[in-house]
Amino acid sequence: MESAKTDKIFEILTRSLGSLVLATAMGGFITLTILSWPSIKAFGPSFLWSTRWDPVQGQFGALPFIVGTLATSFLALFISTPFSLGTSLFLAEYSPPKIGNAVAFLVELLAAIPSVIYGLWGIFFLVPLVRKMEMAFNLPPYGVGGFTASLILAIMILPYATSVIREVISLVPQELREGAYALGATRWEVMRYVVLPYARSGILAGTVLALGRALGETMAITMVIGNRNELLRSIFEPTNTMASVIANEFTEATSSVYLSSLVEIGLVLFVITLVVNILARMVTERLKMEKGE
Amino acid sequence: MNNWKRFVTVSLLVLALIFPLGRGKAHARKGVTLLGAGATFPYPLYSKWFHVYNQITGVKVNYQAIGSGGGIRQLMNRTVDFGGTDAFMSDEELAQAPAKILHIPTTLGAVVVTYNLPGNPQLRFTPQVLASIFMGEITRWNDPRLVSTNPYIRLPNMKIIVVHRSDGSGTTNIFTDYLSKVSEEWAQKVGRGKSVKWPVGLGGKGNSGVAGLIKQIPGSIGYVELAYAKQNHLPSSTVQNKAGNFIEPSLKSISLAANIPLPPDTRVSLTNTESPQGYPISGFTWIILYQEQNYSGRSRTRTKALVDLLWWCIHNAQKYNEALLYGRLPKAAVERGETILKSVAYKGSPLLK
Repeated sequence: MESAKTDKIFEILTRSLGSLVLATAMGGFITLTILSWPSIKAFGPSFLWSTRWDPVQGQFGALPFIVGTLATSFLALFISTPFSLGTSLFLAEYSPPKIGNAVAFLVELLAAIPSVIYGLWGIFFLVPLVRKMEMAFNLPPYGVGGFTASLILAIMILPYATSVIREVISLVPQELREGAYALGATRWEVMRYVVLPYARSGILAGTVLALGRALGETMAITMVIGNRNELLRSIFEPTNTMASVIANEFTEATSSVYLSSLVEIGLVLFVITLVVNILARMVTERLKMEKGE
Repeated sequence: MNNWKRFVTVSLLVLALIFPLGRGKAHARKGVTLLGAGATFPYPLYSKWFHVYNQITGVKVNYQAIGSGGGIRQLMNRTVDFGGTDAFMSDEELAQAPAKILHIPTTLGAVVVTYNLPGNPQLRFTPQVLASIFMGEITRWNDPRLVSTNPYIRLPNMKIIVVHRSDGSGTTNIFTDYLSKVSEEWAQKVGRGKSVKWPVGLGGKGNSGVAGLIKQIPGSIGYVELAYAKQNHLPSSTVQNKAGNFIEPSLKSISLAANIPLPPDTRVSLTNTESPQGYPISGFTWIILYQEQNYSGRSRTRTKALVDLLWWCIHNAQKYNEALLYGRLPKAAVERGETILKSVAYKGSPLLK
């Protein structure tokens, strides 16, 4: 009797905590929509494809920031995925446990470094390096820009993808591996034909988690992207992202259309993150089905 | 069990640290605590002032440097006693306020043009050249227009890279206000504001962000707040003012810039000043408050404390300005401030005699 009661209480508790999380996300969405209403009313859908961001004239369009965010995030993903995949394969398949644990710990430590530290490191180390490269290629020696931002992002998202992928790879049943070895497969073949196909939905999930992190990163990006509110023409040009323009301009945005345009950028970012995650979830499910789970 | 006990003890300790019951209240009763919010530019100076004022009178002032925009919003919502702003409120903004808002100038700031060139010589800029550089029309350092005003300096054949503020700021407001006044083209294509659509260049966050980029990029040019430039010994240029003199940015020359006839409400831009020895890219920063102080159930004691504080700020406090690299208010500005403060009232009767 007593235990049934506690059971009930516990159920109610977990249920309400669960719905609270849902309500927070919904509440965030509703608040953003209400606060961005003046700008939605003023610019309509053209807000999404207008490239003009002019606080003096009160004309706002989000395209430069949407492009900046997507370009830097996907480039970062492109750069970091081989590393995260390689690292996790090494950790799960090759390294002796002692070294593996140490390396895994260090990789996860990368996630614990505050993003402002990445930004500082970027300014003092990466930016001069990129500038040297730009000078060698006869590009304007900005140093800062979309490319530098992508490099920083690639390092920042590495631990997220790595830890998920490593986890997934270690979940591949030992019997499958042993079976493949028994058939005379080499280590490479086991990995290529058994481990990776089995784990691919999980690998994709880890990659998407990393992408979500990249889309929303603010501080480190602001410090190295050059903060130019113009559409990206070359990846080496300074540009800006959605999160970064909000961080830059929010405090001094006095007119209501200006303020609500910044909030609308937040709303767009919210939706983009949501869409990316839903798409990834769909692809993951599809891969699972193909595998026949 | 033991773990639970430990958990409870630790939680209680943490709670005790976060909410020091009783003690806080007893302290607050000693004197009034005034709330202010706004501009970050005068924050170091205001901290000094309010600290000294607290030692003299016991009145505590809590100023949150959240930016001019936030200061104006909070005053509009009546959640603070006063706001701080680097750009005076426009007529439209004032019309939206629930009651009449007054501006009191408290100190002066200026914008310095700084750059990264071999040997960092002190350059001379005419207003037209400055506008053309930031417009993206002069793109190389050895452009004849730059050479003609700097005949004794060997200017390199380098690309000019413009650096501006990426965050909205009063510094940008003063600088673009100046460019709008001296260049018709700038006024039409870009205009003035705390953030503008820059024709060229890259953005750094804050004075430090701009200065950091300039230090790193050879051939770059940008603008920073005077105090920041002095503290960090950045190279600076002289700028030709309206009278035709090339003026070095200094505390004296920015104070002189304000030595012009001021309008009664002090809402005036000092850029491109008429004053012959004044530095042309400078401006006031203001404290803003309501003329009628009786709102949201505030007591007379509280409002009297506020006007007394502001009276002190424009008089005795001014002696702290220059040591912290802020401009001292000229006499004319102090007199305007006095008149305005005397008009501040509680239930219609002035708080100062």
